[in-house]
Amino acid sequence: MSAPLGDFPGGLKLPGHKKRSTQGPIRKTPISKQLVLPLQQHIGAAAGPIVEVGDKVLKGQRIARAEGHVSVCLHAPSSGVITAIGDHAIPHPSGLSAPCITIETDGEDRWIDRQQIKDFRQHSAHELRQIIRDAGIVGLGGAGFPSFIKLNPGVHHSVETLLINGAECEPYISCDDMLMRERADGILDGVEIMLFALRASRCILAIEDNKPEAIAAMRYALSSRSHLSQTEIVVVPTRYPTGGEKQLIQVVTKKQVPTNKLPIDIGIVCHNPGTAYAVGRAILHGEPLISRVVTVTGTDVTHAGNFETLFGTPIKDLLAFCETRRQPDEPFIQGGPMMGYSLAGDDLPITKTANCILVGVDDVAPPAQPLPCIRCGDCADVCPASLLPQQLYWYSRAKDFDQTRDYNLFDCIECGCCDYVCPSKIPLVSYFRFAKTEIMNQERERHKSDLARQRHESRLERLEREAQEKEERQRQRKAALAATKAAKAKEEDSINTAEAADSVTEEKA
Amino acid sequence: MPIFRLSPPFLAGANRVTLQMLQVLVALIPAVIAMTFYFGPGVLINVTLAVSVALITEALMLKLRNRPLKPFLSDGSAAVTAVLLALAIPPLSPWWMTVIGVTFAIVFAKHLYGGLGYNPFNPAMIGYVLLLVSFPLEMTTWLPVQSLADQPMGWMSALQLIFTGQFNGLGIDAYSGATPLDAMKTQIVLQQHPEFISSQAMFGMAGGLGWEWINIWFALGGIWLIYRKVISWHVPVAMILALLIISSITTLIDSSISGSPLFHLLSGGTMLGAFFIATDPVSGSTTLKGRIVFGAGVGILTYVIRIWGGYPDGVAFAVILMNMLVPLIDYYTQPRVYGGAAR
Amino acid sequence: MLTAIIAITLLALTLGLVLGFASIRFKVQGDPIVDQIDKILPQTQCGQCSFAGCRPYAEAIAAGEVDINRCPPGGEATIQALADLLDVEPKPLDEECGVEKPKMLAVIDEARCIGCTLCIQACPVDAILGAAKHMHTVIANECTGCELCVEPCPVDCIDMVETQPNPHTWRWPDPSHVDLQRRTGS
Repeated sequence: MSAPLGDFPGGLKLPGHKKRSTQGPIRKTPISKQLVLPLQQHIGAAAGPIVEVGDKVLKGQRIARAEGHVSVCLHAPSSGVITAIGDHAIPHPSGLSAPCITIETDGEDRWIDRQQIKDFRQHSAHELRQIIRDAGIVGLGGAGFPSFIKLNPGVHHSVETLLINGAECEPYISCDDMLMRERADGILDGVEIMLFALRASRCILAIEDNKPEAIAAMRYALSSRSHLSQTEIVVVPTRYPTGGEKQLIQVVTKKQVPTNKLPIDIGIVCHNPGTAYAVGRAILHGEPLISRVVTVTGTDVTHAGNFETLFGTPIKDLLAFCETRRQPDEPFIQGGPMMGYSLAGDDLPITKTANCILVGVDDVAPPAQPLPCIRCGDCADVCPASLLPQQLYWYSRAKDFDQTRDYNLFDCIECGCCDYVCPSKIPLVSYFRFAKTEIMNQERERHKSDLARQRHESRLERLEREAQEKEERQRQRKAALAATKAAKAKEEDSINTAEAADSVTEEKA
Repeated sequence: MPIFRLSPPFLAGANRVTLQMLQVLVALIPAVIAMTFYFGPGVLINVTLAVSVALITEALMLKLRNRPLKPFLSDGSAAVTAVLLALAIPPLSPWWMTVIGVTFAIVFAKHLYGGLGYNPFNPAMIGYVLLLVSFPLEMTTWLPVQSLADQPMGWMSALQLIFTGQFNGLGIDAYSGATPLDAMKTQIVLQQHPEFISSQAMFGMAGGLGWEWINIWFALGGIWLIYRKVISWHVPVAMILALLIISSITTLIDSSISGSPLFHLLSGGTMLGAFFIATDPVSGSTTLKGRIVFGAGVGILTYVIRIWGGYPDGVAFAVILMNMLVPLIDYYTQPRVYGGAAR
Repeated sequence: MLTAIIAITLLALTLGLVLGFASIRFKVQGDPIVDQIDKILPQTQCGQCSFAGCRPYAEAIAAGEVDINRCPPGGEATIQALADLLDVEPKPLDEECGVEKPKMLAVIDEARCIGCTLCIQACPVDAILGAAKHMHTVIANECTGCELCVEPCPVDCIDMVETQPNPHTWRWPDPSHVDLQRRTGS
């Protein structure tokens, strides 16, 4: 290892509970009868469907295209028939529905033609990014940001370091761990493509020291690729939340991402090993992103493990496959026990961001009425962002949102450390999420009312202009009328005078 | 185990308010034993009386304020307030003083401000200061250490003195004596040199006979609390260092106005204040830097009051004065947020 | 006695000068009060306050002619914000103006629309599209839910519907009001 590691403030040592799901290899989940694919499984604009009900689709066939820049395509995970395009419950903390495409699978699992690229260096970085976008690849760590954007250094930045985040610091989750153990080569394929697309000079693969098998597998795979001399594996201490992007950057490079900036602004781009693997599959094998490794674990799961699961697979099928002691309607967790969210219904599909399904935890937060905050400051001690959670709590609860912003609410990464240590058992993170969405909503409303004001003002202006124009026209018409009248009068006048003259002359005569 | 909470995080650490308060009480045990050893069973009677009164008052206030009894009675905060107050007042204080102090602390300093978590001042110290300004005489009549007393204090005599005010026809005056801090102060006023004063028997090795050991036991209990992560080291270390530094400087400049730095560290309520009173989270500073400022402020003010103020000890006033500054300290000692966001 | 009077007078003078200087030197340049009030109002332009739009109401408030509790779409939050801004006591919403309702959206039943353009003329924010004798439609994003288009419609083809939350606009509930715990057993 080269440079000594940095450190971030706060954090927790949490029991890992990862052994439960790392006993066996990654298994494939059987193909479900029905696959439900939300059109939005990524950050940005939802994809637009390009199939119709009744269409026959093949495995890997594109069924929705990217709409706008920040968006990616969606593909059929298996062959079958489109049976519905419309709202369906999605795995979201709100329990709301969103537009989805439903496929009735035919069990044949027949692939569409795959365009394989043997030597990606023959292609431009732009072409590769386009393929990655068309393959529907998003960050598989949990956020789901379209990956092609994070593979574009742009004209203003040069990327020095590609950081592969294999820390996987949250308890219970082991999908990256198993992927690194079993498919280290595939991950390195993706890393090579990513390095090429980013024109980055080096790659750091950071893995927490509680995954010795993954570290060994990655080291072994790396040793056979002499041309990847600029790639190194950095073993980082196991501490939650090391896997947070900003925290890992601080540990590995000792740098902090400045507020309101992105890692790319300090020459770093961070990707998940699963994403790297998907990039490799997309370019070298022509396979779009249609499945992912999902950890199914928890105290109430009989056969915990990691499962390569097609997107759209109903979670109930996956849970049935693993056998659980879960009661009907009992909530389970998607994601980790610290940052995931609870879902109630099980007629929900596995999506691109579903890294873990957790049924039952060991150190469960017991039902407890929160006591008042005693200002012990334990929350501030463990905050990896050096915030003052007790102050944020105070202002969030009082709905004094201006103050929460002053205390940098939006630097909170919602890791839950403060909540975990709070002796009064105050649901701090819930308060922060509440305040954040309230502020965003206020912002949206303000934007909307600004728009309404503008439109109203321009309407008033228009009405006034129209009134003026009308008046002007009337005036002109009046003027014209008056003019003609005057002219007529003049004419009559002259006729009269003429007549008079005539009469005079007549008289004279 | 199925989850109960419906929002993240779904895990919880073992930390509890009750657990913290219980550990504070446990950490006080060695010092209580030491105090009983040096000053007789009056200490234990005071503690028992104070805790009973505190729990009854707490329950009454919770009822009046329509708050649930169980979570708040079991949080242990009332008991901690009561014990701290009982240890701060003289071992043979008449029973009504304990009752007034504790009731005032719980009713006025705690519940009228909103109960647990909302009191801007340390309740125990508010109760103590009320007693100190209302009954200065009773509050400064301490007992001599048992070994210096004419006759050791027994259970019967202590009980009778506390509840009836006399024993064998003699009032408390007959048994009482000044504390080393008090003695030092009065004798300095009489132009005696501190070095000469501290050669008297009651001054023991450094902080006063008995007092030095009581302080050491308080400190050891406090160190255990730091080890258990119930309190952070910042406040006690800052307070002790500040006291040490300012007393050293004064002694260097003019050794005739103050006892030695070690005397100040191991006498009076220094260690009780440093580890158990100034570390009260509710009324103290919450930022790390703020805790250092807060602790240092308490240390300096304690010394200033001891030397130039009207009272022999100044921990209580120092803590209350610094409590007032907490919002200001907290505001100006906010940590630098990740990424360097400006406030 | 005299010294005391002189001392106090001098003190008052100096402090007065300092304050006067500070009020000029550190003057906060803010939006004119009408703009600030207008910013708080929800801009539905619905006229329920009896003024012709949000701006005229803002002007009237600034002039002290009307109360701050005449805006039903803004509801309690707007009254509170106005009270904070103007440093007056908040009041309950004036029932004469209407009641606070959830956010609404106008929807034209396109089958029944006869293309009379009356609603287009009524819309204060030009959020209805269409031409004479042609079907009209509401631009959902720009509709403020003011209901002014409902009345003029001769065939009653405009309905006000409550806007539904979607996963994008969904908000986390307030933990102090919502029980975040699952009760088992009982």
